Amino acid sequence: MKFTSVFDIIGPIMVGPSSSHTAGAVRIGKVARDLFGKKPTWAKIHLYGSFAETYRGHGTDVAIVGGLLNFDTFDTRIIDSFKHAKEENLQFEFIPETANKEHPNTARIVLGDEESELSIEAISIGGGKIEISEVNGFKLRLTGGMPTILVVHNDRAGCIANVANILAMHDVNIGHMEVSRIDRGSTALMVIEVDQNVDEKILTQISLIPNITKVSKINT
Amino acid sequence: MDLLFRNVRELIELCENENKSISEVMIEQEILMTNRSREEIIEQMDKNLTVMEQAVERGLKGVKSVTGLTGGDSVLLQKYIEKGNTLSGELMLDAVSKAMATNEVNAAMGIICATPTAGSAGVVPGTLFAVKNKLNPTREQMIRYLFTAGAFGFVVANNASISGAAGGCQAEVGSAAGMAAAAIVEMAGGTPKQSAEAFAITLKNMLGLVCDPVAGLVEVPCVKRNAIGANNALIAADMALAGIESRIPCDEVIGAMFRIGQTMHPNLKETGRGGLAATPTGKAIAAKIFGA
Repeated sequence: MKFTSVFDIIGPIMVGPSSSHTAGAVRIGKVARDLFGKKPTWAKIHLYGSFAETYRGHGTDVAIVGGLLNFDTFDTRIIDSFKHAKEENLQFEFIPETANKEHPNTARIVLGDEESELSIEAISIGGGKIEISEVNGFKLRLTGGMPTILVVHNDRAGCIANVANILAMHDVNIGHMEVSRIDRGSTALMVIEVDQNVDEKILTQISLIPNITKVSKINT
Repeated sequence: MDLLFRNVRELIELCENENKSISEVMIEQEILMTNRSREEIIEQMDKNLTVMEQAVERGLKGVKSVTGLTGGDSVLLQKYIEKGNTLSGELMLDAVSKAMATNEVNAAMGIICATPTAGSAGVVPGTLFAVKNKLNPTREQMIRYLFTAGAFGFVVANNASISGAAGGCQAEVGSAAGMAAAAIVEMAGGTPKQSAEAFAITLKNMLGLVCDPVAGLVEVPCVKRNAIGANNALIAADMALAGIESRIPCDEVIGAMFRIGQTMHPNLKETGRGGLAATPTGKAIAAKIFGA
């Protein structure tokens, strides 16, 4: 079941004009920002399908930039997000693509600052709801509807147990978990959906475990 | 976690076996799925209702979209109603006007509540605030109206689609109109089964409706499609309350809508390339806005 709450249907409260092309786009931008973990200074935004065809009319462009600036779907600053981006020194570029993706409303965002970068691919599935289909080349399926921790690590024995131990120590319950890797023994990604938002202190502890290279989170 | 219902048949059976309203089952499922208290859930829906009220109020004062393509029609219709000489009746046109008011605010990038989407956000509140004047519901009944509408939207979203890009306008305004029809029936004292009949009758009449926004904007024809969606919902609700049933069961109508959406040409699914968007005037408007 893709939709689990009545508020996926009656809601969100949002700035118009399109739940998939505006509110969903804000959420995609915001998830990218959350996963990056800090304010990006640049972003390249690739749009596919209906997103590519209609992004200007639907305000998909100002919506994604608004999300990158950490605005919520109902934040009226979205309308002037380009101006706010300039004030916050965020440079961005929109690239409408002609390739066909599985879903008509797909966006791929590569964002970064002087030190690091991150890429995500996400789709807007209707009514403002989104799914994240890829992070840094790892295929996954994530709704962003639950608080989620993403851990990039070296594919070594014990990594998963170590992370789970720290969560257990802080009484954080795991609801759902997936692990994927590019190749055996190379880089792997843990996606951990938990029952409550986790604070920075826990993320810092996880990041200190050997073989862990990056930790980020999506709070709800 | 298991859902209480996955389709309309299960929803209606549950209501009948446990003698509960559709809105009550929806609230109970939300409590179960999210682990939140009833009070919290009701309060969140109350906020959505407030946003809907404010959007209608703002639209009826007169708004204009950035492009100038839409805005102000809801006001024209209210003035027409005031003259007291309407053909299709005050309540009907009041619903139409308030549905358009919401979508005019949406097109102007104002704040609205998606029901189930932004492009189809006018139908549910438009009908609610028009029927309100006739049925004098309590605040709680108005909140329940939204849960009943949500229950049907929930089934459609999980078994078909509520996205114009995936299923055409039938998935958006079609779903919204069906949701409104079902909610009107419950508020007017009809049975859960009659709500399902009203939903089925409404959606049947919107099957095949394409999503062909001029210049890709949620303006033309979206605002007026919400008008007709509200109209359709009221007629179907009255039919169901009169005891008329749909020969095709509700879930099968939803299935038909899904398959029609899958076979619909991409030009007719929110790409702004077909239908009204591809008419000479539609193209001229797009060229003027974007400087083709």
